[in-house]
Amino acid sequence: MAEESVIEKPWVTIVWNDPINLMSYVAFVFQKLFGYSREKAHQLMLDVHHKGRAVVSSGSREQMEHDVTRLHAHGLWATLQQD
Amino acid sequence: MASRFRRSRLGYEAKLSRAEVLVLRHLAEELLALLEADAPPAPTDPLEALVGISLTPTYRPEDPVLARLLPDGYSGDDQSAADFRRYTEPELRSAKRAALRGLVAGLGRDAGKVVLDDSTAQSWLTAVNDMRLMLGTRLDVSEDLYDDVERMAPDDPRLPHLAVYEWLGGLEESLVLALAGW
Repeated sequence: MAEESVIEKPWVTIVWNDPINLMSYVAFVFQKLFGYSREKAHQLMLDVHHKGRAVVSSGSREQMEHDVTRLHAHGLWATLQQD
Repeated sequence: MASRFRRSRLGYEAKLSRAEVLVLRHLAEELLALLEADAPPAPTDPLEALVGISLTPTYRPEDPVLARLLPDGYSGDDQSAADFRRYTEPELRSAKRAALRGLVAGLGRDAGKVVLDDSTAQSWLTAVNDMRLMLGTRLDVSEDLYDDVERMAPDDPRLPHLAVYEWLGGLEESLVLALAGW
């Protein structure tokens, strides 16, 4: 059976909490890499801090691999997975 | 010994003491040496051996600092994690080394004022953050660092390192705030 087009579930980039990175730094990186407002970046940072992880971006697998690479370059602990 | 960065007409500046310059240089050179050390060879894969593909880093480094600085891109999917690492780790290592080398080159060897333009300040920030990740990982710090310190014996060998860790956090925070304009 041919499957010509498969609609994929979106991929997401997850940032995990760590005890070292400064809260201000994490929010700053979200603002810088994703262009989020100060408020949104701050809220995402708090989600990471309190819930242990947060989805920071979503899209194609390639885009998420790119985002994870940029987050690693900034010292954040990030992984991608299919939602 | 607790200098701060601030935004000025010229860029981002801090007056660093000689001790601060020497500690920053020491930490940066230590991390550079760690990043430059060869990655441990991957376990021999029969297929790789057969087709003669050169050994590239595909497994998470054993050193806890390197494992933290070069983390897996996928959790719970070893094959994807290995492929991701094969394609991204060499560049990640070299970007981190370049930022650290830039910091060392800009520091000078004695007390003095450093003035950074925007892109240099961004690069210093990632270098300082990596240095702090190195220290924090080695010291196995928790989120309750201050409680931990309260409980430590006065002769605990980690105490002087934690003082450096705390100082570096203050310097980094000042650079974040100056860059973000918060």
